Amino acid sequence: MKPAASVILFTTASGAGYGLLFWLGLLAPAGMLPASAWFGIVAAALGLALVTFGLLSSTFHLGHPERAWRAVSQWRSSWLSREGVAALASYPPAGLFALCWLAFGPARPATAAFGALTALTAMATVFCTGQIYASLRTIRQWNDPRVVPLYLLLALFSGAVLAAALGGLWGAGRVAAGFALASGVAAALLKLSYWRAIDRAVPASTIESATGLGRWGRVRPLDPPHTEENYLLREMGFRIARKHADRLRRLAIGLAFFAPLALLASGLALDLALPAVLAVFAAGAGLLIERWLFFAEATHTVTLFYRGG
Amino acid sequence: MTSIPAPAPGGKKLGLVIDLDTCVGCHACAVNCKEWNTSGHMAPLPDFDPYGAHPEGVWFNRVHSYEAGAGADGRTVHFPRSCLHCEDPPCVTVCPTGASFKRAEDGIVLVNADLCIGCKLCSWACPYGAREFDEDAGVMKKCTLCIDRIYNETLPETERVPACVSTCPTHARHFGDLGDPESDVSRLVASRGGYALMPEQGCKPVNRYLPPRERPTPPAPARRAANEAPIASRLLAWADRVLSR
Repeated sequence: MKPAASVILFTTASGAGYGLLFWLGLLAPAGMLPASAWFGIVAAALGLALVTFGLLSSTFHLGHPERAWRAVSQWRSSWLSREGVAALASYPPAGLFALCWLAFGPARPATAAFGALTALTAMATVFCTGQIYASLRTIRQWNDPRVVPLYLLLALFSGAVLAAALGGLWGAGRVAAGFALASGVAAALLKLSYWRAIDRAVPASTIESATGLGRWGRVRPLDPPHTEENYLLREMGFRIARKHADRLRRLAIGLAFFAPLALLASGLALDLALPAVLAVFAAGAGLLIERWLFFAEATHTVTLFYRGG
Repeated sequence: MTSIPAPAPGGKKLGLVIDLDTCVGCHACAVNCKEWNTSGHMAPLPDFDPYGAHPEGVWFNRVHSYEAGAGADGRTVHFPRSCLHCEDPPCVTVCPTGASFKRAEDGIVLVNADLCIGCKLCSWACPYGAREFDEDAGVMKKCTLCIDRIYNETLPETERVPACVSTCPTHARHFGDLGDPESDVSRLVASRGGYALMPEQGCKPVNRYLPPRERPTPPAPARRAANEAPIASRLLAWADRVLSR
């Protein structure tokens, strides 16, 4: 699948934003993040800015961005529509949570209630994002039970790294750093198991099942239907060399998980705030590579007709 | 509404039956489809760089050619690919706006271009590559089963079939109601062992493909009588072969 910059930016930025809102909504009322109003403003604004930037960037790949509002209408059948509904539903609780924090402080029941609602709608949105991909039977690398948990864990991890960095700057990021370590280890292990699974899986659809001509033996494309590219090949025919995929996987694991986890652990051990800030940049770069690979390594059944596999 | 409607009472399952035995790979179906539809329901079907080095465009029919098997049993098969108007079309259910829909009365899968936001998710959901994006208009386009021909009362009745069917010079494409077991197309499918493409994808396509026929077993070469000497001259040997047929 074509790794479109707009969708890669959308899923990573909004994932981190929803992750940050999730931890803010749960940890701040529990007294596990700085109680400062300034921290609340900066952290909530950063979370909402990442989410909004992501949503706006996702509209850039639409043919008609001005009609994007129509996308909330088909929530009965479409995960993309449900994602839109959940994304819109997350704004009011997040805004009210930030207002209550400013007005009454983070530990009051109203703040806690809106915080919990923020955490719920944030994860519901990420769940829908994961389901958009996981529900496509045409793309075997996405139609995998690990995809939705991975989207959730990566959002929780990147949000926790952000919360740890910001909390650390205000002098109370240790709990968030602990959650970042835990979710980071879980996400890294699941990602490795995901890569093993997609490498070993036998595709259910083949050129023989696509053409129904397997009864005569192996099927090979002889003449293509057209000499030039077309939309299908541009959008769904993207291919990445195995060699590059292996290198990028190592780079993604190193930048997205090893480096941030080592930095966070050293920050906790030395009681320093700076390593968590560096971890944000490493994790951000690593997750962009991870998301690029998520698209680049995905193969669509339509390419069976063109290339045979 | 992008939920799949229950078929209307007495509803039809209109679709195509494509005979891979008689298709000669001439691409006339693709060309006539392009010609009709560029001024039809989904019009226009744009071309990009039409007179340049890399011409391409939106087509609803693509004709592939494959080799299947090897040696004496191998064969070349021309394979037209277009929308299969599935009974359970994932391209419809993923649509976030309601632009994509399946008609309850005849099962035709259509796009309402006025509602389409061009998110392209339907083209990701279709296993068969039936949907092509119109980059000029910013909306998705697809085969309409020539809905503007099959119900068109201004056309003579014999022409009320999809453009690809009407133009096929070898009569390799058939149109009809595959939901009615007594229809001509259903009988054809039953008699020739018609099959669905990628059934494992679970879309329940309506269109059927008829496999190339088995070759008749060639007759065993006639035994030469023991007392006949082999013919030495190549010319006479050829004449012997021709006359012995």
